[in-house]
Amino acid sequence: MNQQAVLRVEGICKKLDGKSILDDCSLTVNRGELKVLIGPSGAGKSTFLQSINCLIPPDAGEIYLEGQRLDRADTAALCAFRAQVGMIFQDFNLFDHLTAEENVAIALRKVRGMNASDAKDRAQNELARVGLARRALLYPAQLSGGQKQRVAIARALAMDPKVILLDEPTSALDPELVGEVLAVIRDLASGGMTMVMATHQMDFARALATEILFMERGRIIEQGAPETLLAEGSNTRTRDFCLRLLEMGA
Amino acid sequence: MHSLYVVYNALPSMLAGSLVTMGNVALSLTMGLLLGVPMAVAQVYGNTLVRKLVTLYVWFFRGVPILVLLFLCYGLFISMGIAMPPFFICCLVLGCTSTAYQSQIFRGAIESIPRGQFNAARALGMHDNMAIRSIILPQAMRLSIPGWANEFSILLKDSAICFVLGTQDIMARTSFAAARTHEHLALYAAAGVLYFILTLAVLKLLRRLEQKVHVPGYSSGIGMEGMGMG
Amino acid sequence: MLDTVFLANELLPALNRGLLVSLALIIPSASLGFAGGVLLGCARAFGPLWLRRLGDAYTALIRGVPLAVQLMMIYYALPKFGIFFPPFGAAMTSFILCTAAYQSEYVRGALLSIRQGQIRAAQALGFSTLQTITWIIIPQAARRALPGCGNEIVYLIKYSSLAYLVTCMELMGEGKVIASDTFRFTEVFLAVGAYYLAMVTLASLLLRRLEDRFHIPGFGMR
Repeated sequence: MNQQAVLRVEGICKKLDGKSILDDCSLTVNRGELKVLIGPSGAGKSTFLQSINCLIPPDAGEIYLEGQRLDRADTAALCAFRAQVGMIFQDFNLFDHLTAEENVAIALRKVRGMNASDAKDRAQNELARVGLARRALLYPAQLSGGQKQRVAIARALAMDPKVILLDEPTSALDPELVGEVLAVIRDLASGGMTMVMATHQMDFARALATEILFMERGRIIEQGAPETLLAEGSNTRTRDFCLRLLEMGA
Repeated sequence: MHSLYVVYNALPSMLAGSLVTMGNVALSLTMGLLLGVPMAVAQVYGNTLVRKLVTLYVWFFRGVPILVLLFLCYGLFISMGIAMPPFFICCLVLGCTSTAYQSQIFRGAIESIPRGQFNAARALGMHDNMAIRSIILPQAMRLSIPGWANEFSILLKDSAICFVLGTQDIMARTSFAAARTHEHLALYAAAGVLYFILTLAVLKLLRRLEQKVHVPGYSSGIGMEGMGMG
Repeated sequence: MLDTVFLANELLPALNRGLLVSLALIIPSASLGFAGGVLLGCARAFGPLWLRRLGDAYTALIRGVPLAVQLMMIYYALPKFGIFFPPFGAAMTSFILCTAAYQSEYVRGALLSIRQGQIRAAQALGFSTLQTITWIIIPQAARRALPGCGNEIVYLIKYSSLAYLVTCMELMGEGKVIASDTFRFTEVFLAVGAYYLAMVTLASLLLRRLEDRFHIPGFGMR
């Protein structure tokens, strides 16, 4: 029961202008797991995440949420699916005309049909959870990058997602703001949230990932627990890539 | 001194004419708003055929002078055997033209909103229609206010040629008084002042509206910038 | 239904005649108006305070009053001061005065949009004021002003039809005379509309060409 697959993605393919961007990518996430996608820029991590909830519709492949197959042609089903799958974007994508609180509340009201005051209460709670209770009435333009990303996380959490997809949530942030966002994600992981995250934060991945998936040129070429993939002398592409990241960082 | 007296005498009639002018502008502007917004949405999110149709519409109404459209519309109604009041024809022509221009104002605003926000809304489970209505349009409308203010002042000036069809607007009453008294200069100068005041008054109102719906991070401002002679 | 005899023998010859008058009206108005707009725009951007104020006031006045009113004033007012213009001259004068004000907005905006830092950088490299204007300011300002100024010329083509109001026999005037004589408003004004549409489309295409020709990747306006 506790090893039930929350999200299962099989054989996702995507071509753009005849060029293959995703080639037969599959992924299974069980309840409470954190899967981390790593790989060089342009490897297709972001496209993969966005095709899981069909923001970029895949050409082929199947997507299952809690064992139930997603019919991508059925708009209502697709919207319902998306409402249960949280998404965090690299560049936050907050709605610029709404305050932090309204950003969190709007989908509760419009998609979940919640009434305004309940949605507001819920938004307050979620903002408190990411440490932004006192920023609820500010507009996106009045928030720092780290705060914006935390609002985006609160916005996703408010929908009670079964799984959250995080697309390099810290890579658009100034270095000193990365920590606050990672801390929130760490809390989620220890609270048992199911997540798939693309990132370049190797220390974070090593410490928290259930499994690391290494992507290159649109394919998942290695996958395994961080301790095996990154083990001393394991001679994997993943380890190779991480060492290069470290060198550049040093 | 005589010219001042003439202006003084013509003023009540000209003020009554300004009601006709403002009615004409208000109706045309509303028509342009009601048709321009869906047209802009269609042009950004619609399929190829819809986009081509909108482009064609905009091309036509941006390319043909209002004066020509007025007479053309007048002729069309006559050939259909319908006696249409000139005021209605003027509203229709100005409204259609304004639709074309307003659709481009709104289109620009919609396109300036980062695509990511549309995706974020969809990722939360919103239908495309809902995302457009509750995320894209509220922002686009705010961004459009300066362009819209500008469109108003253009429309007000454009409406000054409607008198060729015989509407009883400011210009019609001015030219009537001028023909009777031969005080063209003074009367047209007075009409100019009237138009000027009307423009300023409405721009001020719209600026207040803009402040009311202001959201931090949006920079826009109603000035008298922009184009259109009229 | 199409009456080709009417079209070929009456309408088109008259409209072609009117087209020539329209062009004779538009081309000098656009050129002189643009030149005036550049002067006025420079004065409003860099002139002494009193000149800036004067330029701003002139522009606000012209832009707040319908062209039709301006046209009537010039046509009827000048004789009072002993200046007798034929309708054509009155129309052209009014178009130049009007279009210059509108053009000056774009010129002024473009000039003011160039960041102070670039001017300082040029000075740091040893550019003289004239060199800075010639090599740094004008190439950028011209590109920024081009779309707006071009648009204004397109507007001028359309608004040149207002010359008809002061009985100038250009495209619109010729059309109106025939329409009133024959009472064939629909056909006549469809044809007149097509003439204007062709002029506007041609001008837009030329301007697009010009913009593409001077396009710099990533520069300002899109």
